[in-house]
Amino acid sequence: MKRRLPFLVLVLAALGVVATLPAPKIVSGFDLATYGRLPALVDGRLKPLDTIARTSLLALQGRQRFVTPEGHTLAPSEWLLDIFYAPEKADTYRHFLIDNQEVLDLFTLRASDGDGGKRFSFVQLQPAISKLDRQAKLVDEVEETRRTPFHRQVVQLRDRVMLYQRLKYTLQSPETPHFLGEVLKLETALPAGIAAVRARQLGQPHDSAAVLAMAAIAQGAALMDQLGYLIAIPPADDNADLNAWKTPGRALLVSLDAGQIDATVLAYAALGQAWRGGDSVAFNQIVRLFHRQFEKRFAAPLAKCGIEARFNAAQPFYTSMVIYVVALLLALVSWLRWPETLGRSAFWLLVLAFALTTAGIATRMWIEGRPPVTNLYSSSVFVGWTAVALCLVLEMFFKNAIGSVAASIVGFCTLLIAHHLSLNGDTMVMMSAVLDSNFWLATHVVTITIGYGATFLAGFLAIIYIVRGVFTRSLDEDSAATLTRMVYGIVCFATLFSFVGTVLGGIWADQSWGRFWGWDPKENGALILVLWNSLILHARWGGLVRQRGLMNLAVVGNIVTAGSWFGVNMLGVGLHSYGFMDSAFYWLVGFTLSQVAIVFIAALPVEKWRSSRALAATV
Amino acid sequence: MPAVLRSGVKLFTSLSLTVTLILLSIILVLAATLDQVNLGLLAVQEKYFRTFFVFAHPFGSEVSVPIFPGGYLLGGLLLVNLVAVHLARFRFAWKNAGIVLTHAGLVFLLVGELLTGLWQRDSQMQIREGGTSRYSEDFNLNELAFIDITDAINDYTVSVPETLVADGGTIQDGNLPFQVRVVRYLPNATLQGRGHVFDSTLSAATAGAGTSITVTPAHVTQKPDERNTPAAFVEVIGTDGPLGVWLVSPSLETPQQFTYRDRVWQLALRAKRYHNPYGITLLKVTHEVYPGSGIPKNFASRIRVRSDDGQDDREVVVFMNNPLRYRGLTYYQYQMNKAEGLTVFQIVRNPSWALPYVACLMMGVGLAVQFCIRLFGFVQLRRRSAPIAAPVS
Repeated sequence: MKRRLPFLVLVLAALGVVATLPAPKIVSGFDLATYGRLPALVDGRLKPLDTIARTSLLALQGRQRFVTPEGHTLAPSEWLLDIFYAPEKADTYRHFLIDNQEVLDLFTLRASDGDGGKRFSFVQLQPAISKLDRQAKLVDEVEETRRTPFHRQVVQLRDRVMLYQRLKYTLQSPETPHFLGEVLKLETALPAGIAAVRARQLGQPHDSAAVLAMAAIAQGAALMDQLGYLIAIPPADDNADLNAWKTPGRALLVSLDAGQIDATVLAYAALGQAWRGGDSVAFNQIVRLFHRQFEKRFAAPLAKCGIEARFNAAQPFYTSMVIYVVALLLALVSWLRWPETLGRSAFWLLVLAFALTTAGIATRMWIEGRPPVTNLYSSSVFVGWTAVALCLVLEMFFKNAIGSVAASIVGFCTLLIAHHLSLNGDTMVMMSAVLDSNFWLATHVVTITIGYGATFLAGFLAIIYIVRGVFTRSLDEDSAATLTRMVYGIVCFATLFSFVGTVLGGIWADQSWGRFWGWDPKENGALILVLWNSLILHARWGGLVRQRGLMNLAVVGNIVTAGSWFGVNMLGVGLHSYGFMDSAFYWLVGFTLSQVAIVFIAALPVEKWRSSRALAATV
Repeated sequence: MPAVLRSGVKLFTSLSLTVTLILLSIILVLAATLDQVNLGLLAVQEKYFRTFFVFAHPFGSEVSVPIFPGGYLLGGLLLVNLVAVHLARFRFAWKNAGIVLTHAGLVFLLVGELLTGLWQRDSQMQIREGGTSRYSEDFNLNELAFIDITDAINDYTVSVPETLVADGGTIQDGNLPFQVRVVRYLPNATLQGRGHVFDSTLSAATAGAGTSITVTPAHVTQKPDERNTPAAFVEVIGTDGPLGVWLVSPSLETPQQFTYRDRVWQLALRAKRYHNPYGITLLKVTHEVYPGSGIPKNFASRIRVRSDDGQDDREVVVFMNNPLRYRGLTYYQYQMNKAEGLTVFQIVRNPSWALPYVACLMMGVGLAVQFCIRLFGFVQLRRRSAPIAAPVS
């Protein structure tokens, strides 16, 4: 039994992973999964509606789960459908996140009025929406760096309300609940209307009521075009250029000229009618019709959207996090009991989680057509991936579960950081001009990110050394020597990659800005990382540090890495900075303090270490 | 060997010195990074890196006190230390080949950075669609230019560096038929039409546009997003006496004119110009965005390069990450205004640009080789020490 345990654990976990992969079952009768795979153009990319629903939910309320006032949990696509087609219902949904009392005061609301004390509905905000608008306009004049938390929350809420309104005006005008009927009526009245307008333009007798009706419709369509969030209507002809896609409002305006309503606009309106009426049969039919139409002309993007929606639902990174936690527990226990069996179980679980993360990264790369690291979010995933890969190699050599513990901690933490970074919205954004270079993204960015990952890993291995040495009796001379070899090897690896990554960055900078080195904060951060790693190596070669000193230097390496990875983005200067991150700053400070604390703990006299007797001479 | 020399050799051949210098470098780079919130990139480089010491003014006084070693000193000491350690301690062996190569590369890198600091020259070129430019401008330096425009085809230009103007006094140049006396020089000033402000104490101008302009001195700025606009009152003195006092400043867009001995002269204090023996004509600017968004995808300028010696006449496209290298200069796409058909190139002259490439190649290869040698040795050691335990378990 004991010998089969690792195999059993692996099979069980693998079955668990497989269970997350198939498309969700149709519960309500509406085929939401197929609907969620339909593409629309937002921010330069054809995205599935499922992604748009999820990122909008994140932008509005900071999480993907949504519960109606009646207590039903809605799938993201369901929520989006209500905003599109049942706005009067969506207006009562409490999905505007406000956690600032001063902002609530604007609306004379109390925290207790909200869902969970912090989520509010459009109906609740509407009476004082003009006050929000006024405040936001005042804040627009304030410099970004001088804004108070109140200022930022006001702007954020204004953006949230704007996004919500834009979603509402996307596919039909919220003022006309029976949009399909209106559009069909328009189709029959269109020839007469156009004739009346032309006659008026020529100064001939005309039906002035028809002219007025046309003008009113044109006005509504123009508003939809102006506000509409999704560019959802493909060109009627065979034009493959994404620039030819239109908002439904724009398509309607074109229809008024052409004398014929765009078929996709009509189909979306019909879908709305079916959704409002609860007619799942018609809904599913129309969704399938959509797919048949899109498949003829946009087979490739439709396939990508299908995979992306499936990827969203499967959440491979979340599953990986769960597996990392289980692996951590097994590996930790293996230090006390059954080192062989539990150690190998933890190892195979890590292999599974690593494979799953790899698959997730590969899927994202395929969807984006980009190398693995394109922004802070993907760098976080990749830092963890690198560290886990190195740990698996270490574990193959040393088989002492140290690599497994480090892998599961770093893997879990980096995915957690990535999760928090993903709360800002879509994580697959287009690369703006200077970054639009797959060659440099693939070489410089990937290499430097591997450097970050390796430096972090060295630091975490050092923390394992310190914690085991100070707080347990388990650090004997053998494991201390092994850990030292691991840290030293990983620091060498980190030096290699952080150096090569940094100079590749210099070469990219020389290619795009005309200087190899500009002392820009991001460059300096990378330089400090290289210098720190080389300091560790020289201190070791010069005999200035022994085991404990090496460990302490490696822990400080964690601070250096966090600073050059995140810290430099917070300075708000330089060509490289991705934007100011408020709350991340406090986390960074907290992390730095925790690392300093660990260095202080390690500085305790060796007699006070619980492993002191086992270690004796070596430290 | 005398004791002093011996202790000196011992110091410079020690790895403790290496570690100390690296640590000091880290502190220097960190301080320089944090100071970028207050100072511009250029000012930061001057203050921290292109200097032997970092100076400070304690308690806001005028006295400069060196408080920390600067980039030149640390870089120089690192070089000495590196060479000394290698000479004194190192016995060459193939298993250390990577280390030697890496450190040789580091020497190149440090020297390259020094040369870049000494030789690099940045300037910018603005062109409108259809227009041709034969010079670039350095907005960090100004010059007082006198241009004889009497001849309709060829202008004759004499330019005086701003530093000479700043020194004050009288400027005599063999190429100018007149003398120039600096009445007053302001390193940074704001100019306003006379109508708005009644105080006229500073308008010493007696000729040209300056007579109707009030000049207010301003603090010299070192902020990253601000630029100093100097102003000067200069008196042109001919053989028969003064011709008048002109106000000159980069804030005045059009050059002012005067006539002396039947020749028409223009004068202007303007960004320093570097002239090229070739013309660059902007044919077309392109600014692509991702469909349905405002995210820029690419900026490209199609240009025609025509050299005076007739050797080159061709069209080139300069776009992001794809500069034009031509006759020792490199042209980068810097800014663009699509609506006005305007493009701005960043132009860099850096004769030592290839050094970092060589250095990086050496260091990258060196580190990789060394890492592989060690890794290989380690794996073999493990294999030999634990041949039985691994496969069964």
